Amino acid sequence: MVGIRSMGIYIPRYRLERNEISRAMGGISMSGEKAVCNFDEDSVTMAVEALRDSLREIDSEEIDSLLFASTSAPYKEKQSSSTIAMLADLKEDIFTSDFSNSIRSGASALEMAMARVKSGMSKNVAVTVSDDRLGVGGSDFEKYFGDGAVALVLSSNDLIATIEGVHTINDDFLDVWRTSTDIFASSWEDRFVKTKGFENNIAKVVKGLMDKYNLLPSDFDKVVLAGPDYRIGQSIGKSLGFDITSQLQNNMFDQVGNIGTAHPFLMLFSAINEAKPGDKILLTVYGDGAMALILSVTNNERVGNAINIKEYLYNKLLLKNYEEYLKIKNLIVTEADRRPSLPSSVPHMWRERNYFTRFHGVRCFNCGTEQYPRHRICYHCKSKDNFEEIKLSLKKGTVITYTKDRLFPTKLPPHVQAVIELEGGCRAYMMMTDVDPDEVKSHMLVDMVPRVLHERSNFYNYGWKCKPSHGKRNV
Amino acid sequence: MAIGNIKDKVSIIGMGCTKFGENWDMSADDMIIDAAYEAFEDAGIEPGDIQAAWVSATSSGASGTMLANPLKLDGIPISRIENYCASGQDAIRNAAFSIACGMYDIVLVIGFEKLKDSGLRGLPLTSFSDPVIGLGMTAPGSFSLPWVHFFEEHGVTKETLAKIAVKNHYNGSLNPKAHFQGAISTEQAVKAPIIAWPLGLFDCCPTTDGASAAILVSQKIAKSFRKDYVNIKATSLAVDAMIPGYRPDHEFSTWPATARAAKDAYKQVGITNPLKEINLIECHDCFTMTELVNYCDLGLCKKEEVKDCIDSGFFELSGDMPVNVSGGLLSCGHPVGATGVRMVYELYKQIQGKADDPRRQVNNATMGLAHNLGGYPQVSSVIIVGIE
Repeated sequence: MVGIRSMGIYIPRYRLERNEISRAMGGISMSGEKAVCNFDEDSVTMAVEALRDSLREIDSEEIDSLLFASTSAPYKEKQSSSTIAMLADLKEDIFTSDFSNSIRSGASALEMAMARVKSGMSKNVAVTVSDDRLGVGGSDFEKYFGDGAVALVLSSNDLIATIEGVHTINDDFLDVWRTSTDIFASSWEDRFVKTKGFENNIAKVVKGLMDKYNLLPSDFDKVVLAGPDYRIGQSIGKSLGFDITSQLQNNMFDQVGNIGTAHPFLMLFSAINEAKPGDKILLTVYGDGAMALILSVTNNERVGNAINIKEYLYNKLLLKNYEEYLKIKNLIVTEADRRPSLPSSVPHMWRERNYFTRFHGVRCFNCGTEQYPRHRICYHCKSKDNFEEIKLSLKKGTVITYTKDRLFPTKLPPHVQAVIELEGGCRAYMMMTDVDPDEVKSHMLVDMVPRVLHERSNFYNYGWKCKPSHGKRNV
Repeated sequence: MAIGNIKDKVSIIGMGCTKFGENWDMSADDMIIDAAYEAFEDAGIEPGDIQAAWVSATSSGASGTMLANPLKLDGIPISRIENYCASGQDAIRNAAFSIACGMYDIVLVIGFEKLKDSGLRGLPLTSFSDPVIGLGMTAPGSFSLPWVHFFEEHGVTKETLAKIAVKNHYNGSLNPKAHFQGAISTEQAVKAPIIAWPLGLFDCCPTTDGASAAILVSQKIAKSFRKDYVNIKATSLAVDAMIPGYRPDHEFSTWPATARAAKDAYKQVGITNPLKEINLIECHDCFTMTELVNYCDLGLCKKEEVKDCIDSGFFELSGDMPVNVSGGLLSCGHPVGATGVRMVYELYKQIQGKADDPRRQVNNATMGLAHNLGGYPQVSSVIIVGIE
């Protein structure tokens, strides 16, 4: 039996109120807000966060495949799943692969994961699904599109939900697209997209699935219908015979927005967390056709144990205005960086990958002092080449001292830089991100988070920052 | 193993210093030539008398050719010294050693920096950091870190820091070679725009061009040049093994390099109470916060007394221990390679009783201390000069 062993989500901390978009750009005002990833986040870092969340009760050494699905991968040429595996500190002998170019790519990765588990090629396959898409200024897409990521671990035992059936259809349909040089999503007229694209494909795949497995709409306790706007899931749900109030899973458009490839899985995460053992869930994923999947929630005690979505919603920071959104999304030209620092060197990053990317420190075998970055001579006892590597990325940190720097160039000044003491005594002088400067205090707790440190040398330099610790993260 | 002593073996017989400031109309070579020839004239020597030279600069060039080319010092040994903000003092230190060991009798030291050609506000970060480990660090950010301790434990406020800025800007207003020559009010300093919390504009030294020069000779021949030569009493340098932000157990209320360099220098001279034996101090006030920590690290007061000392005017021109009577880095500016030499220039003139504005003259000064602190920070130097 193949199923979901664990799930995790990541919703970035910043929100933009949709009214702010119409305030700045004109047009019809719209209720709700959308999740916006920070200037130092992308689909890769969000996927790592979701993956780390899904692995809170699983040894990361058990993961033997890592898949990544997104329409907003940072590179056209360069695998993202390999980077995610390094940042999440997964073992080296794993299978990695990227799925892209469609908001159905998450479903494709899921089917690949199912096949690998079923065939015995893998025991635990982590599927990460992540998106941060851009709509053109003032457009409906800009109002709808949110950012976020979900991770699922597929396995054959210790499952929170088993997969009971799947049905997939293909449809070469131009509803939303980006050419290889587009920054913003384009689409055909929305009525055509909704009726002939979404409704047509969802109706076909759901009917096909129910025929294949001899099921009725009333056989499902929850139905995940992630459509291109707030209401469309309801209209197609109703016409397919589902009860909107009791069966349709809340789409969270008003709190998070439409997070693209990851959206059906975000809704699935909520559905499983809210479910009772034995509940049946219908998951649909639209895009260039559609996929429908039957899940049965097991009697596993871990069901409902995942981080509550409410925690992500509660700890949000509102962007002050649309201009801040433009800045962190790189959509406005700002004063050039007046203090260019060193570019990165690929051999340097490669050589130090365990320390910069995996975020390992060292512990002296002789005196036990934990230090970062790597040292060959112990700061404390001067022993030479007598260290073991330790993992720092999951440790909590305490702020020793800090500054709020307006000289260092950043999209959201002031830049907060803090001396952090990690559990075990290791110190690091780190950038703090996703922070309201007024909440910075000595002794405050912080978590370590993967971020894009900079893009100098024309590549993405991934590394680690700290951010205020909220609730159960990184337990 | 014994560590030797350089006390009274090397004398300063001539010094020069350009106007510090935005020297748009002067090249680095122009400033080097002006500082050097002022020192030659002050010492009463010819450029041809120079047997060896040291040049300190952090980001304005490379190699001994920085002196050889403008001064046409043809074929003599010239070394370039770079040691963050301690570069200038380290150049003097190495030059002094060459005389103390008997290798040379007359050497030249020049410290300079041409920062205003870079188009940057603040220092360029090139060579100062690693693209990963150093990311996010700036000078004001790193030097502001002791604030949390002094604010939470010792009642230090933004007004306390402002008083240091007010003192140094007042002193700078009496120094015709300073970059800034205007006195400021406490209110102005407190209300100035924040650069790196809690440091505002007046808590930070400006970006400045300048050059300063010294002629060092063996003490044995000093008298043949002038009567009022000034001796080097001690020179020390301490380099810490890790950036403080990464150092396990580091307490952000002290910069250990300063304490080590001061202890070493006091020992060389035999100083047990610097407040009694030293008449004036030029210390590294790249930021007001740095000067406050220096008071404690140089042994001038205890941490719990520092606020009261500042409030009572202890370190003012008329106070018991005048600190930065030149105006310090806050007023003079901080052309990095030049600063250490410029500090010694101030002490040299003060001890000779030749401060260029008599209102700035510390009466009967016989011994002065100069201190630098550089990096994030890890490097500190102390030079003590005085009469025999």
